[in-house]
Amino acid sequence: MTSIPPPPPPGSARRTVETDPREVEKDRSMALQKELIGGYYERLSKCAETGEKTVATFVPGNLTELIHCFDLVPILPEINALQSGMRKRSGAFINEAERMGHSEDVCTYVKCDIGMFHDGNIGPTGLPLPIPDHLLLSYTGCFTFMKWFELLREEFDRPSTMLQVPYQARGEITPEMKSYVVKQLETTVIPELEKLSGVKFDIDRLREKLELSRRAEDDLVAVLEAAKNRPSPIDSYFGGVYYIGPIFTAFRGTEEGCEYYRILREEVEARVTAMRGPMTPEGEMKEERFRLVVEGPPNWTNFREFWKMFYDEGAVVVASTYTKVGGLYDRGFRHDPADPLGSLAEYCLGCYTNLSLPKRVELISDYIEEYGADGFLINSVKSCASFSAGQLLILREVEKRTGRAGGFIESDLVDPRYFSGANIKNRIESYLQMVEQKRSAGVTA
Amino acid sequence: MTRTTEEIARFCEDVYYDLDFREAKRSKAEMGGFAIGFMPVYAPREIVHAAGALPVGIVGAGDWLEVIRGDAYYQSYLCHIPRSTIDMAESGRLDFLDGMLFPSTCDVIRNLSGMWQLVKPETYVRYVDVPQNFDDGVGGDFWEHELRTLGKELGELTGTAVTDERLRASIALFNENRSAVNEMYALRRDEPNRAPTSEVYLITRVGFVMDVEEHTQLVREYIAAARAKSPTELDNARVVVCGAFCEQPPIGLLKTIERSGCFVVDDDMLLTTRWFTEDAAETGDPFRALAHAFVHHTVPTAVMYAPEAGRGKALVSRVREARAEGVIFAAPSFCIPALLDQPMLTAELDRQEIPYTSFKYSENAGQFHPIREQTGTFADTMKLWSVA
Ligand code: SF4
Ligand code: SF4
Repeated sequence: MTSIPPPPPPGSARRTVETDPREVEKDRSMALQKELIGGYYERLSKCAETGEKTVATFVPGNLTELIHCFDLVPILPEINALQSGMRKRSGAFINEAERMGHSEDVCTYVKCDIGMFHDGNIGPTGLPLPIPDHLLLSYTGCFTFMKWFELLREEFDRPSTMLQVPYQARGEITPEMKSYVVKQLETTVIPELEKLSGVKFDIDRLREKLELSRRAEDDLVAVLEAAKNRPSPIDSYFGGVYYIGPIFTAFRGTEEGCEYYRILREEVEARVTAMRGPMTPEGEMKEERFRLVVEGPPNWTNFREFWKMFYDEGAVVVASTYTKVGGLYDRGFRHDPADPLGSLAEYCLGCYTNLSLPKRVELISDYIEEYGADGFLINSVKSCASFSAGQLLILREVEKRTGRAGGFIESDLVDPRYFSGANIKNRIESYLQMVEQKRSAGVTA
Repeated sequence: MTRTTEEIARFCEDVYYDLDFREAKRSKAEMGGFAIGFMPVYAPREIVHAAGALPVGIVGAGDWLEVIRGDAYYQSYLCHIPRSTIDMAESGRLDFLDGMLFPSTCDVIRNLSGMWQLVKPETYVRYVDVPQNFDDGVGGDFWEHELRTLGKELGELTGTAVTDERLRASIALFNENRSAVNEMYALRRDEPNRAPTSEVYLITRVGFVMDVEEHTQLVREYIAAARAKSPTELDNARVVVCGAFCEQPPIGLLKTIERSGCFVVDDDMLLTTRWFTEDAAETGDPFRALAHAFVHHTVPTAVMYAPEAGRGKALVSRVREARAEGVIFAAPSFCIPALLDQPMLTAELDRQEIPYTSFKYSENAGQFHPIREQTGTFADTMKLWSVA
């Protein structure tokens, strides 16, 4: 489960550049992000020529800074899958994988990835992807990850390294959990990456990268917390996936990543000062009618259509759990140059899908209060048991604790067969009516 | 009085169908009044036992409970075992348990551990995070610490401290039990007409609700009765059943497979009982012994990481050792680990030209006609090939 920015909303940027100088800033972060992602895929496509080695890894609990310490390039299969979903290519890949014998009952990210590999391994931007030289199985928050890399290993015969991250079953990170992860870093992960790259591990280099991570993390938190303003200057779910893209993937701990978040923060703060609402693919949202918290990942195959169902109704997502799958920075975690391996371990342990169900209930309830939300909505995706198993109980518990209306819709990540637009739209509309009624009842009471 | 295999199996079947867990409650009372439930696949039952509690395997409610409340907890695209389990909890059937262990089998069971904390706040809940790193000093140390913590907490709960001495005694009892069960499995492998899977399964399954020593006796009694009988000779196809390590196939399904002309000569059902491929040491530090057995002698299964490629090789070895002619992949619908594992296993079977067939089931399925057709045809095909 992960995120990366989709292409910029059409029409928004250029139009506003001409009409409003404040939007020039908006342009800068979007342009920079597009540049970052484009450059990243370009770099991957040239690995065969440049001789750069690659490491496939997952987003939650990824070790980007460490991978960069060995001059290796991370490949993130979840990102490729979701990008394929946005570009309407995932359906064919999934069919291909199912034709090869993969079950219709399992995570569609996995099938999308395997289908893409069998279809020539052309990445989402149309450039070829290299076969990863190593599979770094950071095993945070999802059991499917393990099977996914075992499957890839059978496909292309590359070594894999397991980094087991214990689950926060009781809502806390114990010293033993942390030292288990650190020990694995020291005894397995680092030696394997040294062997692959021929580069000796330099802890000071890691510290420098973690300092950059920390700076970007501060800025990201400021961006996300700006949604506490009324109107919210950002949408923390649909827009949020733009914002988390660089930091959740290959750009944490890099100068470019830091620059992106510095600019993004300035833009969002300018919107707060100007009391402007969030941007949508059809321009700025003028009236904020509903403030929502959303749990669960978005659907990628119909991302725009899905988003439109919200902004057409004046609904803005002020906080989401999905934007925390790559770290709960807003709850205080920062990568720490003073404790390099320890903070990598804490990062792996602290991602959203590694939290216990009671902790998830608590977090959603807190978001509702802190962000002044009118209600919360769960998008339950068929692919992802890590998110979905237990969501109906989360719904009831959060309703009980906050007294706000909860809504429940179902879709999938990248399997277009499970996105029923009309059905979802109906549900969202009735849900918002319910929120409205509850709100008026509250006002008159 | 000596019982026949059928009589023993009938007793076990009654226990199997008893959703009031009378057998477990009886054993609990005899053991001192504590019982701790555990879900599939692996739970360290020795520690529970050493704390003076009865370990009780909770492996779903099969096809004889109409799940009503459980469906309100789960979307349609998740497997059945968590919904029947939470249904049993909600209806008070599991109130006799003083705690629950949720092993790190998959995301569904993992999340259920948190649901339990919310739904049954008065109950002791522990997530059993088994190691996926198999170095003694890394995964072994982590696991040893987990075992010690579990022992300490259970000791506090029951008032019986898990001392080294007590734990060593428990390890010895479970080693003995595993050896008896393995002997029964070997008998089934060598003479499946004496010990059919529909019986062996039930005999193994009652071990989930019965005191270990009593269960060992029962298994030995069954083995003796099976050896003594004059079975009908059947010329069935020999198959391995794979993928049923968590949500259990209903007994009717196992009988259907047999009736369609197959001898199941190896399977991965109820793996907890046969988890270690070698005994844990009965001397020295017992926590260390259990940790060592786990990191070195764990049975290969979908929920455990395989450090090297070639996942299907272990299955091929099992097929060869069991002298099986083919494999039946029987996985619960929506079972993530089993279904993700399957393509890796079938690829190896293809390479080795071992025939297989596959279907999905749900623990509450009641109609097996299509499966009977499928496995019957599969058995016939294998027989034809072996004649050709
Ligand atoms: S199951 Fe969920 S978290 Fe795991 S890979 Fe699939 S979408 Fe991501
Ligand atoms: S049946 Fe499979 S998916 Fe369901 S709880 Fe068991 S292991 Fe998990």
